[in-house]
Amino acid sequence: MSQLSRNARAARFLVAPSVLLLLAWMTVPLAMTLYYSTVNFNLTIPGPRNFVGFENYIFFFTDPSFFAGMSNTIVLVGATLLITVVLGTLIAVLIDNPFPGRSLVRILLISPFFIMPTVNALVWKNLLMNPVSGFFAFLSKSVGMTPIDWFTDVPMLSIIIIVSWQWLPFAILILMTAMQSLDQEQLEAARIEGAGLVAVFIHVTLPHLARPLAVVVMIETIFLLSIFAEIFTTTGGGPGTQTTTLAYLIYSQALLQYDVGMASAGGIVAVVLANIVAFFLIRVVGKSLAGE
Amino acid sequence: MNLHTEKVVKLTMVTVGSWLVAALVFFPIFWMILTSFKTELNAFSSPPSLFFWPTLENYQVVFERSDYFRYAWNSVVISFVSSIMAMVIGLPAAYAMAFYPTARTQGVMLWMLSTKMLPPVGVLVPIYLLSRDTGLLDTRTGLVIIYTLINLPIVIWMIYTYFKDVPKDILEACRMDGASLWQEIRHVLVPITMGGLSSTFLLSLILSWNEAFWSLNLTASSAAPLTALIASYSSPEGLFWAKLSAASTLAVAPILVFGWISQKQLVRGLTFGAVK
Repeated sequence: MSQLSRNARAARFLVAPSVLLLLAWMTVPLAMTLYYSTVNFNLTIPGPRNFVGFENYIFFFTDPSFFAGMSNTIVLVGATLLITVVLGTLIAVLIDNPFPGRSLVRILLISPFFIMPTVNALVWKNLLMNPVSGFFAFLSKSVGMTPIDWFTDVPMLSIIIIVSWQWLPFAILILMTAMQSLDQEQLEAARIEGAGLVAVFIHVTLPHLARPLAVVVMIETIFLLSIFAEIFTTTGGGPGTQTTTLAYLIYSQALLQYDVGMASAGGIVAVVLANIVAFFLIRVVGKSLAGE
Repeated sequence: MNLHTEKVVKLTMVTVGSWLVAALVFFPIFWMILTSFKTELNAFSSPPSLFFWPTLENYQVVFERSDYFRYAWNSVVISFVSSIMAMVIGLPAAYAMAFYPTARTQGVMLWMLSTKMLPPVGVLVPIYLLSRDTGLLDTRTGLVIIYTLINLPIVIWMIYTYFKDVPKDILEACRMDGASLWQEIRHVLVPITMGGLSSTFLLSLILSWNEAFWSLNLTASSAAPLTALIASYSSPEGLFWAKLSAASTLAVAPILVFGWISQKQLVRGLTFGAVK
């Protein structure tokens, strides 16, 4: 057997460990969640686990927190996407051409992405948004306004601001990279023909950014659906259920109320939701893989 | 207005605008670092003091009282070990799929990507119970296993795209010379793609260092990394802003520097090669 085909055979075995590990990681816990979602199982109540069919799902869907969790998740994901994508595009276009200090500006702009979520949340909550001594309160007072009590009056908006700050750099980073492959001659041609800044942006830049934008939206959606630490360290889902997202609701049912059955039913719902988004993302990525 | 002045005006506007936006975005980090050098009284004062006598007292307190080094060491061990493991397991897989693709390769790649999209809350209960029953709850080993698995798809994808960029001729030549698989990887491929491999490692490190879902839910004290230490500041007593800032600055500083170093390469890993 030649060296070449021997290498090819050996190569097959190199994929196996990764595939097996990921297969186990994906199927075992998911199968367990599926099983738990059909039994009566509370960590504080010992005894046999009885099969209850869809009861957990019915309880989960009819729980008043479910509606709150669902709508809060949509608001958080939607608002954050809107903020990060719009600002991200504008900033990526703004810093596309060389200017003095561009590389430092870039470093400053992407920095929030590397800050751990718990630091991010607590710095915003205390140093900036505290209604008495926070920096924003100082700003309000210096222009003669009453400071906003962020986490009491507008808790969801506060979370949205915190999360957007963390994810804006992601959008900037991706779109900035995508801008570099934009054909400069095409831009130049459009300008010579007398197209204004806005016209160039709409007819040349935006179409070029269509695919990267789709990628940003989908990847962010997948991560934003699972936002947890920012809520855990600031509001704990409150006041009431005002900042309880689907992810936080499932966590609180599992590890605060110990209702494994209901939390598992919720977990399955979350998996199904994420899969819908993932389906589209994988199609986009698959196309780029096939295009190579 | 002639063309030259128009250009100068435009450049000035872009420069000023960009710097303004950058300053706004970076402000919370700047403010955190500044606060970490204030006394607690100063940190809490309103209006905030911009000019003050800097103190290192907070850093001292953080080091002494909150057992900072134990948490930091946990973060270091967990993120380094899990990243090394993801590289060791993922590199051979990426190699095989990049250079010996079969009819199934594309499907396998996409399937690996799809495991990344499993929301953590969907498997919170079983992972928690499995960790508890196997004694892995609140251990570094438990977190290392999970982080290795959640970063493995990203690592494989990123290395795969770097391997795809390697000119085919170089590998052909070395195979014709009769190099074994190991020689080919060790002496040809790894040196050529060193830059890409290090960025892959850095991205994995950054993601593990900042991961806060599993670290908050699966650790209590003995294996708790920095994410959990900072979270413990959310229910404080008394004056604590300056100390929170000091602990936070220490926790984010190393990873912020790694992020700056690898920023240009991160896009590939973060978008699974869909944007390069």
